[in-house]
Amino acid sequence: MLPELGLFALVLALLLAGLQAFFGIAGPALGRERWIAAVTPAVAGQFVMVATAVGCLAAAFIGDDFSVRYVASNSNSALPLFYRVTALWGAHEGSLLLWILLLAAWTVAVAVGAARLPRHFAARVLGVLGVVSFGFLLFTLATSNPFLRLDPPAGDGADLNPILQDPALAVHPPILYTGYVGFAVAFAFACAAMLEGRLDQEWARWTRPWTTTAWGFLTCGIALGSFWAYYELGWGGFWFWDPVENASFMPWLVGTALIHSLAVTDKRGLFKSWTLLLAILAFSLSMLGTFLVRSGVLVSVHSFAADPARGIFILAFLVLMIGGALALYAWRAPLLKSTAGFEFGARESFLLFNNLLLVIAAATVFAGTLAPLISDALKLGTLSVGAPYFNPTFMLTMLPLMALLPLGIHAGWKRGRLSDSARTLLLTLAGAAIFALALCFGIFAHGAVLTPVGAALGAWVILASLVDPLDRWRRGLSLSRAVLGMTVAHIGLGLAVIALTSVESFTFERDVALGSGASTSAAGYEFRFDGVAPIEGPNYDGVGATITVTRGGAPVAVLKPQKRQYWVQHQLTTVTAIHMSRGNNLLVALGDDLGAGRWSIRIQIRPLVTLIWLAALIMAIGGAVAASDRRYRPARAPAAAPLPGAAGEQPT
Amino acid sequence: MNRFLLPMAVFVPLVVVLAVGIYRAPQKDIIASPLIGKPAPDFALPDLADAARTVHAADLKGRWYLFNVWGTWCGGCRAEHETLLEIRRANVLPLVGLDWKDDDAQARAWLTQLGNPYAVVAVDHAGRTAIDYGVYGAPETFLINPQGLVVYKVVGEVTHDVWTREILPRVPRAAFPGT
Repeated sequence: MLPELGLFALVLALLLAGLQAFFGIAGPALGRERWIAAVTPAVAGQFVMVATAVGCLAAAFIGDDFSVRYVASNSNSALPLFYRVTALWGAHEGSLLLWILLLAAWTVAVAVGAARLPRHFAARVLGVLGVVSFGFLLFTLATSNPFLRLDPPAGDGADLNPILQDPALAVHPPILYTGYVGFAVAFAFACAAMLEGRLDQEWARWTRPWTTTAWGFLTCGIALGSFWAYYELGWGGFWFWDPVENASFMPWLVGTALIHSLAVTDKRGLFKSWTLLLAILAFSLSMLGTFLVRSGVLVSVHSFAADPARGIFILAFLVLMIGGALALYAWRAPLLKSTAGFEFGARESFLLFNNLLLVIAAATVFAGTLAPLISDALKLGTLSVGAPYFNPTFMLTMLPLMALLPLGIHAGWKRGRLSDSARTLLLTLAGAAIFALALCFGIFAHGAVLTPVGAALGAWVILASLVDPLDRWRRGLSLSRAVLGMTVAHIGLGLAVIALTSVESFTFERDVALGSGASTSAAGYEFRFDGVAPIEGPNYDGVGATITVTRGGAPVAVLKPQKRQYWVQHQLTTVTAIHMSRGNNLLVALGDDLGAGRWSIRIQIRPLVTLIWLAALIMAIGGAVAASDRRYRPARAPAAAPLPGAAGEQPT
Repeated sequence: MNRFLLPMAVFVPLVVVLAVGIYRAPQKDIIASPLIGKPAPDFALPDLADAARTVHAADLKGRWYLFNVWGTWCGGCRAEHETLLEIRRANVLPLVGLDWKDDDAQARAWLTQLGNPYAVVAVDHAGRTAIDYGVYGAPETFLINPQGLVVYKVVGEVTHDVWTREILPRVPRAAFPGT
């Protein structure tokens, strides 16, 4: 009975989303105040209905209701309770439902926050969000109903994919999706501004905290995904340029550009149409990611079950949403004139470069991701593009970006007088260069060419970001949260650049074959193999090895890598053992049984790799701090501006 | 025309590409493998016929061969077995089997009963080699050239059509024995 209730709730949510979209967009356009007043209740109702549906599906999972097809394909009676809950979003249908739930939650948050915005504008924002919701709900109901029954019911479930049986599944998709969906809010603000045909600095101030928050979630989500791949896939990679990773990275790059472009629109009233375009792009890329993952047009380790019918539906939806927004853009953006100007060398010009470089970076990732598809469509044969393409092209845009960042922070608005801060810039650059040399020739004995360059630029970004805030702090001046957040995020970025350019050149990797009791040394560490023992988990068995690590005789860690065989899906997974030691990441994975008690073992020592995720977290924290700035919270309650003769005169 | 129409002008061809992608997706049981054009991953695994002997991937170099991942537990493998025997009879290139996560005795019985299309079968109990080859599920078949590079990959059954239309045309005539 519960699954039917869930389905019914989804149908009601679809109707409410339709009402929300219609009243939100038609109300202000026709000036019908009663319609506008109906938007917020529709938002609340939609959220309740979606939450009910999610609750029903969760109940089916927890109660092992294998008469529901989605549960039967993604759960099992031996699956621990924790994974039975997270399995809800372990495959296509449920993850779509999670997407919709998060969108509904964001919409409620916007409805609450928008109470202080002009009524017509707020209604339009909610209306556009309603269109997005409607599309995704229709998609779910038409092609991906999670409540579909099996007749006869399955005796037991096919189990959750063993790779997903990991605590990371509980946090990675929700956080990542929160980021994706958050860009829907920026998109809705952009569409509402275009519908109104008016975009002022105040608009940018309203949009900024939402965008920055979404960006922070996306940053965390990407980093978590990278961390998960690092320890679960077992061979030490943290980024594979896989289509699905790229799908999350492209909106991040464009979202980063959007944050900076919004700053210019907010402070100087410039870049208006460009900001709109970026807001459309960021969300379009989020949706394109959904399309690529679920339509089966690209092959990826993350792929959901491919289904061309779903692909056609999402494509049609993409055409309507993005095509509609771009048409609106072509029609309305010419109306938005920026009157102010700026000199070359002013902060605006650096932010323009920032935007161009980030968009070019996103475009190169985009081209690489879609290259197989394009070559296939043009019948040039199948082609796949990997790290040898992505790494250098990405560097090509990121290094200039890093080099320009310190200049941008120290440039003033409007006028280009960089000479004022020339001394600061040179001093920090010198400090950064010394740091890079010390890192490459002092701490680590060798390194690729890129490493000192990356380390120097990263350090420069950090030092240059610190100068002004430290100066203000020393003089006892207050620091706004926006500036503080920006500083923190830039420090995180600098750390990420240092970590990313260092990790590859300093990584040590070796495969060894060891018998029980034998040991091997690597980079100053001794690894002793103490043999393997059988292990048994709730729904798997396998073998676990014990490897004792010492350094100069002193114990460092006991690592226990495993190989698991899950019972239901007969899938073998490796569980890598990882230990953090003096900033080094020791990673041991168990390979093959070579017979006679000998096993192949892969040892990796990666310095600074932890810093990559830490840096991402710092960036996200910076975003959170900046988003909480008081400046973004409109204090005044805007005067409701009903059009003359609008209220009460229309037949309802 | 104005510059504000430019994004739309980029979007429209993109939609066409995506639509073509979907249109062609159903034919994608032949999945582009990242391995294509790359060296076939190395392995040293026991020989199914004689566990004391080892099959090295490196020893297979120097001629064209088909690397077929199978198991007695796999229905698709049973279905493609007739085609594999046909390939053996055609005597154009040898089949190298990878018996994946299987029981040796059962695998030997299967080959005795149904006929053995393989020149040699390597046994991959742990499934590591299959992971190296990016195998999603059996059967999967790789066409490998004399330099040891993966030329082509078939996901799912090798049918008569796949063999004559997709695999054979990729092998140069000069590589055929007796030419």
